[in-house]
Amino acid sequence: MQNAIEASGVSKKFGSTTALDDISFTVGESEVFGFIGPDGAGKTTLFRIITTLLIPDEGVVNVFGTNTVTGYRELRKNIGYMPGRFSLYQDLSVEENLNFYATVFGTTVKENYDLISDIYTHIEPFKKRLAGQLSGGMKQKLALSCALIHKPKLLVLDEPTTGVDAVSRSEFWDMLSKLRRHNITIIVSTPYMDEATRCDRVALIQAGKILVVDKPEIIQSGFSRKLFAVKSVMKHQLIGALRKYPETITAWPFGDSVHLTLRDNKIDQSLYSFLEREGISDTVIIETPAGIEDRFLELMNKPE
Amino acid sequence: MKRFLGFVKKEFLHIFRDIRTLIIIFGIPVAQILIFGFAVSNDIKDAGVAVLDLSKDEITRKLTDKITSSGFFKKTEDLVNYSDIDLAFKKGKTKAVFIFEKDFGSRLLKEGKATMNVITDASEPNVATLVTNYSMAIAGDFNRELSRNSLNGIALVQPEVKMFYNPALKSHFMFVPGVITLILILICALMTSVTITREKEFGTMEVLLVSPLKPIQIILGKVTPYFLLSIINVVLILVMSWLVFGLPVKGSIVLLMLESMLYILMSLSLGILISTVSKTMQQAIFISLIGLMLPTILLSGFIYPIENMPVIYQYVSSIIPPKYFITIIKNIMIKGTGILFVWKETLVILGMTILFIFISVKKFKIRLQ
Repeated sequence: MQNAIEASGVSKKFGSTTALDDISFTVGESEVFGFIGPDGAGKTTLFRIITTLLIPDEGVVNVFGTNTVTGYRELRKNIGYMPGRFSLYQDLSVEENLNFYATVFGTTVKENYDLISDIYTHIEPFKKRLAGQLSGGMKQKLALSCALIHKPKLLVLDEPTTGVDAVSRSEFWDMLSKLRRHNITIIVSTPYMDEATRCDRVALIQAGKILVVDKPEIIQSGFSRKLFAVKSVMKHQLIGALRKYPETITAWPFGDSVHLTLRDNKIDQSLYSFLEREGISDTVIIETPAGIEDRFLELMNKPE
Repeated sequence: MKRFLGFVKKEFLHIFRDIRTLIIIFGIPVAQILIFGFAVSNDIKDAGVAVLDLSKDEITRKLTDKITSSGFFKKTEDLVNYSDIDLAFKKGKTKAVFIFEKDFGSRLLKEGKATMNVITDASEPNVATLVTNYSMAIAGDFNRELSRNSLNGIALVQPEVKMFYNPALKSHFMFVPGVITLILILICALMTSVTITREKEFGTMEVLLVSPLKPIQIILGKVTPYFLLSIINVVLILVMSWLVFGLPVKGSIVLLMLESMLYILMSLSLGILISTVSKTMQQAIFISLIGLMLPTILLSGFIYPIENMPVIYQYVSSIIPPKYFITIIKNIMIKGTGILFVWKETLVILGMTILFIFISVKKFKIRLQ
């Protein structure tokens, strides 16, 4: 199987800030590949290099075997790009936006309608509405339709779910899964760790470096310790107290509980009495399987 | 071609959807023509004058009639003696007082000369100067008539000042070419630079760059609508100045339109150039307004004659394109000259256009940053 993207040794600096530091990875064809990382990790810079918008200082990126620097003209026909801010014309209607992008890429909406029909049917009732007046979720769907309209071989989505409500986020991932059967390679970045499980493979990126690349379930199983979920009514004080406890390695808020790892991997009476001295007496502690987010946090906080 | 047309269509939609853009494109030209034509006029029309006639004979009555029927002056009141003059000025409506000395008519016939005093309200120096000039002209004219009709046939030689091209010294004849020059460069350069930087600011440029569109297609697509609208603008201004001010185009209209198109092209390429160096709309607006509008108003010969400027400003003036276009358009519109008299200026603008396009295409980034 040919690789859709091959990146090796990619570095990019802006002045004295290093945005990307010696990054290498490959994305297989028809894969849904996720880049997970906090703001400022370098995701957008990486995507701009992949979409031929930026030239890396060092390293090479090949997309479908074509170099992104020398072969940019050829590649620009085959890439669908959805930047972080939905790049729609706010003063054009839904329909006009879609038609414009279709003509720019030398196609028509009719020609590739089957590709976008799943997505576009959601917003078709509002096709006369100006894009600027759409909700976040609808903007996102329109932007995706616009990026897909020319049937690209590679779809690049930069934080498509940021600023969109939870239901729309989930719907969006369902749509991406459906696109798989059209043989489109998708790379997508997100700051939401829970979205990692929706990808075939994910790369965890932080401060310009890739910490790990693998299937989400494998990353998840790499969690090395026992994990405990601690619950209390006073959640805020609970985190503070747990972090003060000498045996604690990490204590992170997770939903309505706190995920805790301990040096000796077991809960004993001293923890309960420690918490009671801190004024928290209603704690419930149970062992819990580690999710992918726990593994990410573990990786991101590993001492160098 | 289809891509290009799609792009042009999109640009037209942007323009017609945005009321502010429409106001800038069509509202400003109309307003400027009217403002410069009427409000900032250097003409006097119906300036109030008072007459103190101490002679009250046939000749003074004729002269008074001539003055008040000239269209420049309107009589506010008749004064009886010198002490009324101050009061007349203080009322504010009177800009000048004409005084005919005692026995004006008989002196003129016997001694061949009589004195008419003109006192002007110099608290408005501009008006005062104009009033003085106009009344001198009227008096001179009167002298001429008088000597022609005199029985002894001696014709007094009068200094004759004849003004070419704008005999009535109508200032909107001067302003219309200036306004066309200003408006075209403003709309073309400002609007194109703003519309291109807007795509950068809203992030849509990112997607356009990651499309098969070539830079030249993006640039032409941006520029074409403004080119067409600017041509409509030129026609609009010409028709308006003809209807409102009765300003004719003496030379060839075809030549005028061709020269205007060249100038529009130059302004558009300047706008693209501005957009390649500015990252935000604000920057583009700033450069266009400060960098283009002010020099065009102050240094192009639009308002202040270039010959009267300090030498250093004259040099600056020779590198700003509007200077050449003003010369061209004044020649064609007011003097009625042909291409033979303006080919040098035309070549300068053509050269500038090619230079700007060349730099813009070179500088237009096919990538971010």
